[in-house]
Amino acid sequence: MASLAPTFGRGAMTNHWNDIKNADVILVMGGNPAEAHPCGFKWVTEAKAHNKAKLIVVDPRFTRSAAVSDLYAPLRPGTDIAFLLGVMRHILTNDKIHTEYVKAFTNATFIVREGFKFENGLFTGYDETKRDYARGEWEYEIGEDGFAKVDPTLANPRCVLNLLKAHVERYTPETVEKICGTPKDKFLKICEHVASTGNGERSMTSLYALGWTQHSHGAQNIRCMAMLQLLLGNMGVPGGGVNALRGHANVQGITDLGLLTTALPGYLALPSQAEATYADHMKTRRFKPLRPGQTSFWQNYEKFFVSFQKAMFGQAATKENDWAYDYLPKWDTPYDVLKIVDTMYEGKLNGCIAQGLNVLMASAHKGKALQGLAKLKWLVVIDPLETETARFWENHGEFNEIDSAKVQTEVIQLPACTVAEEEGTFTNSGRNIQWHWKAANGAGESRSDLEIMAGIHTRLRALYAKEGGAFPDPIVNLSWNYARPEAPSADEVLRELNGYVLEDVKDPQDPNKVLMRAGTLVPGFGALRADGTTTSGCWIYTGCYTEAGNMTMRRSTDDPTGLGVYQNWGFVWPANRRILYNRASADASGKPWSTRKKYIAWNGSRWTGPDVPDYGPTVKPEASVGPFIMNPEGVSRLFTRGLMRDGPFPEHYEPFESPVANSLHEKVASNPVARVFKEDWKEFGKADKFPYVATTYRLTEHFHYWTKTHLINAILQPELFAELPEALAKEKGIGPGDWVRISSARGAIKCKAVVTKRLPTLTIHGKPTHVVGIPIHYGFVGTARKGHATNTLTPFVGDANVNTPEYKAFLVNVEKTTAPAGAPSV
Amino acid sequence: MQLEVSRRGFMRLGGAALATSTMSALGFGAGEALAASVRPFKLSRATETRSTCPYCSVSCGTLVYSLGDASKNARAEIMHIEGDPDHPVNRGTLCPRGAAILDFVRSAQRLKHPMHRAPGAKEFKRVSWDFALDRVAKLMKEDRDKNFVAKNNDGVTVNRWPTAAAFTTSTQSNEAGLVTYKVLRGTGIVGIENQARI
Repeated sequence: MASLAPTFGRGAMTNHWNDIKNADVILVMGGNPAEAHPCGFKWVTEAKAHNKAKLIVVDPRFTRSAAVSDLYAPLRPGTDIAFLLGVMRHILTNDKIHTEYVKAFTNATFIVREGFKFENGLFTGYDETKRDYARGEWEYEIGEDGFAKVDPTLANPRCVLNLLKAHVERYTPETVEKICGTPKDKFLKICEHVASTGNGERSMTSLYALGWTQHSHGAQNIRCMAMLQLLLGNMGVPGGGVNALRGHANVQGITDLGLLTTALPGYLALPSQAEATYADHMKTRRFKPLRPGQTSFWQNYEKFFVSFQKAMFGQAATKENDWAYDYLPKWDTPYDVLKIVDTMYEGKLNGCIAQGLNVLMASAHKGKALQGLAKLKWLVVIDPLETETARFWENHGEFNEIDSAKVQTEVIQLPACTVAEEEGTFTNSGRNIQWHWKAANGAGESRSDLEIMAGIHTRLRALYAKEGGAFPDPIVNLSWNYARPEAPSADEVLRELNGYVLEDVKDPQDPNKVLMRAGTLVPGFGALRADGTTTSGCWIYTGCYTEAGNMTMRRSTDDPTGLGVYQNWGFVWPANRRILYNRASADASGKPWSTRKKYIAWNGSRWTGPDVPDYGPTVKPEASVGPFIMNPEGVSRLFTRGLMRDGPFPEHYEPFESPVANSLHEKVASNPVARVFKEDWKEFGKADKFPYVATTYRLTEHFHYWTKTHLINAILQPELFAELPEALAKEKGIGPGDWVRISSARGAIKCKAVVTKRLPTLTIHGKPTHVVGIPIHYGFVGTARKGHATNTLTPFVGDANVNTPEYKAFLVNVEKTTAPAGAPSV
Repeated sequence: MQLEVSRRGFMRLGGAALATSTMSALGFGAGEALAASVRPFKLSRATETRSTCPYCSVSCGTLVYSLGDASKNARAEIMHIEGDPDHPVNRGTLCPRGAAILDFVRSAQRLKHPMHRAPGAKEFKRVSWDFALDRVAKLMKEDRDKNFVAKNNDGVTVNRWPTAAAFTTSTQSNEAGLVTYKVLRGTGIVGIENQARI
């Protein structure tokens, strides 16, 4: 998400599941949807069967997605950027880009400041001691009129497109082969397929998942694809897009709701301590257009922020107290998962709530997480299942070695319902908010997450009301107008998410005319106001529950055009738009790029088509308003200015543990701004002791660490294993089913070996390199066999922009061994 | 919610009680009519509820079948879950995870009661909801009152509670998510995360 928003304006899957069937080329890279998203993958099958689409899979493993592909190519884990910059070089040097689209709808023609440079693996402004860039020079030339300078002829060498061409020049097919291990002929064949879509007649969709995000340069992996799709003109069109296939059922929704360290709901920002006042916070959020006449929709930021504060703090948020600005905590540094675990490990965290997140299994470097948990004073676990996190203090031999009696942590387990035992909404990957109904009460005494959190709050509030304490205001004034305070209904909260009108809103032209009545639900985010007369729990969800009813319950299966646009099924944010940036499906004059890909077009008086235009419905094409309405430029960004920490263009950096040097710039091997905690530098392994590349992944029969507690799944895939390439197994004398010990600089696991052709031995920098694959899923609690936590091995370093751990590329050693103590003989 | 009468809904309406002659009159062949009379459609007496698969982000539509008529003293029990054929994305299909949701509901490792482990203790002890929630509120308040930072070293009002953090879940509903957000952020916790970034 941290790459899509800086490129397009919003951080979300741009198209949706059904739309995949409209693609002509499907590039699966950084994901394995046939196994991880099987029921969504049927739309790939549909595209192949009825649209003659070509499926291309690029993956370190020959996955089941690869098994049904038209073209498969392997690559070394952690080298996707080199591969994709190579593809970009191919289409740029062979003039396969969709030039008219690129000129009209991207910042290709924008002129970049003279001070911006890229030399020896670093962009301008690097500070080695801070491991950070000063990003001031990563910016456009600004003219006297206050707008960015552009050169529509592209003659200026400082134009974004020209800088990009120069940047990717190094990524020849030979360089790609050397770094990635992808054979040149396969690479070029893939380039040709990809290039076949840069014309408006055909479209390519990109499907990716955690295979791209879980790297120290994860956001830049995705950036590459975002840029490639822009160069090909594949954004905003049916069968196109950059499609993040997200992991959990509601990970899109929970991200939308801002349950992240420095976020507020709806992609608003939690203020930092550098923003002491409300005015400070708003000062940097004016989002003045960077080109004449552009929408720059974030100009409305204050309306959404104030409406959120009214939803959060109700009457306590007033104009006089700057909408209770002081009630919000101001962050010093982001506390992402790795940072929280590190804070525990440092002994600086006393209490922790683990709500449905099994951090002992899910965090990188399990050993560190275990030591951290043992330093807590209290831990509250909210979950429908027994988890390793709740039982971290139990000794399970080599699966979890700990002296229970010494662990002074008080642990409280609160049983939660499963989805079938509660009602409410989930937001799918395609941003569709869908209601689910309750089928039965929870098992035993379990309660819904909603009721559990309400139970905690009402008791905490009562304690503060009675005893006082540290700054009770945001707790005792938290807006809590539910019919049953200890158990709010999902219906009430969905209305709250949508938002209410608090006072009659009158027509400025005619004060006798009331536009919106107090107490009614806000019809859409266009109606939200910065004067405290409206509320909205999450502005992008506004419209999901209006006076016309709960839109998320809609279940019409009508698809009038046959393009898979079910406009009356659920409610899609924003404003029920199914394909984002869909105005870009027509050229500058509003005419569809082609009859085949016709979607939203200008009919002389308005924009029409099967979807809600992501654009002013009656804005004339002559007004030259760009289709990327969230960006102040009005266009999308091939060059992201200073919006990403590690560079406005992607660059190949090696994983923090790599078998080879960075052949492009030896002194800057891995991402120069990725955060590494002091203690962890010494915990990176080198190829002399850990010669093999390892990657982790999921099995189609399991979901993270839950399904090992489910009987059927435990039968289908009963125990941990590792996949070894045949050549490695032969070298080590390991046969199928033998026990192996896999070790990294952080720890070791034991499991059975699966000797396979699915993992290749690649030639990297001219040398044979083995890749080992290890599924996750197992632990010391469950119906499946006890197993070591795969994350015992993984490195404690995250992506430079969002700190997603580098689970997908690290180094290990492999040895033959015997069964662990307590393992059942099979 | 009520179903429109589809083929499946029609079978439910029919059930075992529907006479063979009626089945024939409605265009069913003799074989099908016989089958209907011999073996009543298993789910015909169950309550059908529309739900969503809790696993990946395809968010497949599911049909959850439960026994018990939802009257005051009857406890509904989930006895079958399958894909929702009306759902535009999954069209009735489920993968090996979704097809096993029933084993999630009935898992041997389902946590059924609030449990408490005292510092240094060897095991969990079952406690009441009142005990558990009161204890959580008390632990939170004690630590918050002790470690709350109203102003940082530069005198800026920061109102944060740095010694507590929360891992939240991206498998909760949006409604639970908003309430979770309000409750946690209202205490001044900065370290709030979910699975989105791991």
